[in-house]
Amino acid sequence: MEVVLVSLLNGLVYGMLLFMLASGLTLIFSMMGVLNFAHASMYMLGAYFAYSVSRLIGFWPALVIAPILCGALGALIEMYALRRVHRNGHIAELLFTVGLAFIIEKGVQMAWGLLPVPYRVPPVLDRALFHIYGSNFHAYRGFMLLISVLMFVAIWLLLTRTRIGLVIQAALTHPEMVGALGHNVPRVFTIVFAGGSVLAGLAGVIGGNYLVTEPSMAATMGPIVFVVVVFGGLGSLAGCFVASLIMGLVQTFAVVLEVSFADLLAHLGIQVTSSTPLAEVLTIPLPRVGALLPYLMLILVLLIKPRGLMGTRDT
Amino acid sequence: MLLYKRLICLLLAGVLALWTGTGSVMAQQGAIKIMYTDPLSGPFAQVGDQNLQQFKYIIDYINGRGGAVGRKFELVSFDNKSQPSEALLALKSATDQNMPVIMHCSGSNIAAALIEGVDKHNERNPNNRIVYINCGAVATELTNEKCSYWHFRMDAHVGMKAETMVRALPKDLTKVYLLNQDYLFGQSVQHDVKAFLAKLRPDVKVVGDELIPLGKVKDFSPYVTKIKASGAQALLTGNWGPDMTLLIKSGMESGLDIRYYTMYAHLGGGATAIGPAGNGKVRSVMAFHENIAVETGKTDTEGWTKQFRSTHDFDFYAAGFRTIFEFLQAAMNKAGSTDPAKFAAALEGLTITDMLGHQVTMRKADHQILSEYFVGVFTKGVKYDSEKTGLGWKTETTVLPKDVDQPNTCNMKRPS
Repeated sequence: MEVVLVSLLNGLVYGMLLFMLASGLTLIFSMMGVLNFAHASMYMLGAYFAYSVSRLIGFWPALVIAPILCGALGALIEMYALRRVHRNGHIAELLFTVGLAFIIEKGVQMAWGLLPVPYRVPPVLDRALFHIYGSNFHAYRGFMLLISVLMFVAIWLLLTRTRIGLVIQAALTHPEMVGALGHNVPRVFTIVFAGGSVLAGLAGVIGGNYLVTEPSMAATMGPIVFVVVVFGGLGSLAGCFVASLIMGLVQTFAVVLEVSFADLLAHLGIQVTSSTPLAEVLTIPLPRVGALLPYLMLILVLLIKPRGLMGTRDT
Repeated sequence: MLLYKRLICLLLAGVLALWTGTGSVMAQQGAIKIMYTDPLSGPFAQVGDQNLQQFKYIIDYINGRGGAVGRKFELVSFDNKSQPSEALLALKSATDQNMPVIMHCSGSNIAAALIEGVDKHNERNPNNRIVYINCGAVATELTNEKCSYWHFRMDAHVGMKAETMVRALPKDLTKVYLLNQDYLFGQSVQHDVKAFLAKLRPDVKVVGDELIPLGKVKDFSPYVTKIKASGAQALLTGNWGPDMTLLIKSGMESGLDIRYYTMYAHLGGGATAIGPAGNGKVRSVMAFHENIAVETGKTDTEGWTKQFRSTHDFDFYAAGFRTIFEFLQAAMNKAGSTDPAKFAAALEGLTITDMLGHQVTMRKADHQILSEYFVGVFTKGVKYDSEKTGLGWKTETTVLPKDVDQPNTCNMKRPS
């Protein structure tokens, strides 16, 4: 029971971190059809900006300034580069973002060096919030949960209660129609791309000191975020939210459940011995492959339900 | 007309002979070029980059002390992008330029490819041989099943590091948790640590034994929950990079108050990532840290590493690299030649005194270095801190060469 409860909390925190990253990507991906490979790079820039700003004027201003910097950069990228490439189709856009990701990584290496930077949790949050069965629940993790929930609510209100939100939502599903109705779709694109970059930057501010701020952080976080977006389904913020939580919980519980296929078969009355075919595979304990489960789920969902969990448009 | 042609031919031949002749004379008087290949770009670029800066510092020092056979050492670097095929290109480039030594530190898969490549090359080109100095590829089999006469390993292998780690466990510690990366290196750490626990500390119980996918885990808190539930007093891990730092950070945040034994926490970026929370908890198996010289009163060595600190933005950790060049210097001087066939023979079984005053030997049977090794704890209140964190390494356990003189299965073929 206590392991279940602690794991539930762990999974929730990790899932919400994934959501912070994936929400921006899902907006960009659904709306512009761009698989933005540079999204995780914005996350990384958010962390580095936050590190530099917090060294000058502290963590709290950085929490606001770093995402705005990322948003401004995102807007510039969209207006002066992506929009030109857009005319040549989605493949060109995709390749453009791949190139961008490399350039940002190299730029970060040149500006901040190859080693991790000492970007730390602010002292006021660097303590135990409460104890649960002898383990600390770190205050910063509570803070992460709070920020991500606030973020979810804010995006939700923005999309459903404001005019620009309604236009964005309409453009998620019927981009051509929105354009035909006379809305400035390119500007909506800029707003979405900048907004997505702000969200990624915020995730970087929050995640950079919880994890480690180093030049490879984008490359290691990138794949799992794509999985969340596709799994959750295009055009669905709720799907993205649910998918993030599922991914967080699945990975967390996979670690603590010490079972393998062989145990499952034993329940069905089949004993796996070394002479059984595929015995090597069947006896691999779940924790050893836990981190790969999201990718397996991605393949399954694409085979069974190509639109993803709650998708409203085809991938 | 015919005479004229002959004259021209003669002239040409003469010029050619003169040219190649002076060429070889110049080569003898020029620098001893050493090819160094490691990742200098990509995700592991920092490893190669820091190695390179330390090598340059060491070579300046060695050259200041006369180099070898009256010539100076010169380092030529080649980015292998962590790819064996690229490392073989570096080897080709080195042999094309008649370099006597190729040096490579990270990646046992690359080391295995280089051993094979060097063996083949030396067999086919007895007049242009090359020696492979391995400065950090640690798979045990490289000096056992795969051992080669032309390969010299200048770092302790996995088995020796595992034994050092086990020897450092305090007597009252009885429950350990093993967590390693699921690939060749992590699995050998897992295997060797268990083997030495059984041999040296049968009283210690392994309460958890885990393999994680390499570089895939972002959130280690579920593992920390598991370790906590197991009641372990120490965590033993060969993890490196984010797999190590994230694990330790997660443990600190959850208040998992146990000893963390690592193999790589002391390398570049480790101290920064762990931070002050690791005070007194994190330990690392290491060849060197800057406070050893302070603890043992080696003031000349202390001054030498202090000089490095003042001119670089990271700490000096590569004492083993200086040993490499002191070995090369001694072997070449002993052989009186930079010809690999000659100084390799001189290097075998050679014993020198390293910068910490210990006797280190290049074991003849398998070309494995036998040197002292340390387990340090990351703590406040040391003279030289690490990466400006205010915390640094303090020696807890010193293991002498004779303690880790493990048997080998090398069946070495020597050139006749």
